[in-house]
Amino acid sequence: MGEIILQVDNLSASYRKTTVLNNVNFKIRKGSLTGIIGPNGAGKSTLLKTILNLHPALTGSVRFFNQPFQQAKKRIGYVPQRGSVDWDFPTDALDVVTMGLYGKIGWLKRPNRKHKQLAYEALEKMGMADYANRQISQLSGGQQQRVFLARALVQDADFYFMDEPLAGVDAATERAIMNILKELKANGKTVMVVHHDLQTVEDYFDHVLLLNKTLLCHGRTEEIFTKENIAKTYGGNMRWMGENREYAVHSVE
Amino acid sequence: MLSILWNSNTGWVLLSTMTLGIAAGAIGCMAYWKRQNLMSDVLSHAALPGVVIAFLLLGEKNLLVLIIGAAISALVGAFFIQWITTSSRISEDSAMGMILAVFYGMGIMLLTIANRSAGGNQSGLDSFIFGQAAAMVRSDVVTMLILAVLVLLIVFIGFKEWKIYLFDQQFAKGLGLSIQSMSTLYTVVLVTTIVIGIQAVGVILMAALLIIPAVSARYWTQSFQMMIMLSALFGGLSGVSGTLISTMGNGLPTGPFIVVVGAGFFMVSLIFGKEKGLLINYIQYKFQQKKQMEVLKQEGGRL
Repeated sequence: MGEIILQVDNLSASYRKTTVLNNVNFKIRKGSLTGIIGPNGAGKSTLLKTILNLHPALTGSVRFFNQPFQQAKKRIGYVPQRGSVDWDFPTDALDVVTMGLYGKIGWLKRPNRKHKQLAYEALEKMGMADYANRQISQLSGGQQQRVFLARALVQDADFYFMDEPLAGVDAATERAIMNILKELKANGKTVMVVHHDLQTVEDYFDHVLLLNKTLLCHGRTEEIFTKENIAKTYGGNMRWMGENREYAVHSVE
Repeated sequence: MLSILWNSNTGWVLLSTMTLGIAAGAIGCMAYWKRQNLMSDVLSHAALPGVVIAFLLLGEKNLLVLIIGAAISALVGAFFIQWITTSSRISEDSAMGMILAVFYGMGIMLLTIANRSAGGNQSGLDSFIFGQAAAMVRSDVVTMLILAVLVLLIVFIGFKEWKIYLFDQQFAKGLGLSIQSMSTLYTVVLVTTIVIGIQAVGVILMAALLIIPAVSARYWTQSFQMMIMLSALFGGLSGVSGTLISTMGNGLPTGPFIVVVGAGFFMVSLIFGKEKGLLINYIQYKFQQKKQMEVLKQEGGRL
């Protein structure tokens, strides 16, 4: 197993009055593909945002590649939730992907043909080459998600954070995205993904991080992703549906 | 008509309202995508007390000083809105409604005091309410031109940065762009545009020059760059035509005419605009309907 490239110690975060993350500690090793699993409101997105300095931390420290975030941020790629931007913004898919290169292009400089070519290749990889000049408002939800992923790919980061990339996309897009994630892993990149669908966890991720306001367990999927641990994460209100490995989750009142 | 144009002062005033329109059109696009159209209206109303206080302190009308007063007062208004929103349960739109009314009311109150003071009623301060471009002297025009060109330069040089800042702030932050400095720069640029416009267009209508060209441009393009250029074009044309019309009569205010011309552009865009304009929407709907009817007819024939 690779070296430790993310170390999170005693991390807490809050929104106004409610503490949504409480004393989270974990380490991520290079080359792992980790699913962050937990019920709604468990603080999964907040965990990503706090790690990435997009949300203020109450306490704790985060170190990437044994450096603070500011020095490591060029090696980090972030794919926000699809709903976090206004898709009516007047631009096309290629232009959005080119935004992933802005850091490399340098501030106040204009992208040139070479940058456009790189962006186009990333779209091609996501099976979106035909949509390069399509208005982003005319893309379907799955296509928008692929554009976001292509934008992260051109960044050529070492460590990717993705906030529910598989939410509300069709089967073809889900497969395309998972192929890319596995390819990233094969190339020695590290990926952390907020994930919702319990049924696919074992197929998709080699590590899981079970979260509900605080970290419940974290480790290799086959060891950690057990009936007991899931029940603990989802408030004990889980019903095991038998052999066909279906889960029913009831909200805790 | 031509003799008006050749009159050198009118020429300068036209140049300045055109540049103002161009700058306001460009900045208006940013306010549009930051969803802050109403905010620009509040900021322009909130500028009035600053103008009058600057005049009372100085005792004479110097546009640069009045502009600085206006900017300070607008920024104080913006600060109050932010403070009320974050530290109380009052929502942002209520805070904006309150600040707009209170600052404007204070401005009018101070204005009546200033008008009673010695030399006050000849000051032409009233022109800051509805705008009086013709009252501008050469030095006013130069001040305005320099600031407007500066604003346009900031938009042009940082075009790529503005785009990502407006489209996806979180991602921009991840790339290392400082969102805080971009927001500060945005506020500075917006307030500058508003305060240089208040003499020509007036505090009440200045926001219209920011909002109307941007929403009109939205009907013609799907590219952010094109939207800014079109919006600047609409703003510039509104500025020039509004000023020209107002110079035809004696003492006509400029602001209302500029806004009415801008509204004309908007009506045309709304109906004929190629991106979801009313007419094209209707034609596309009818076209699709006809196609569908034919398909149904053919299927019916086969059955």
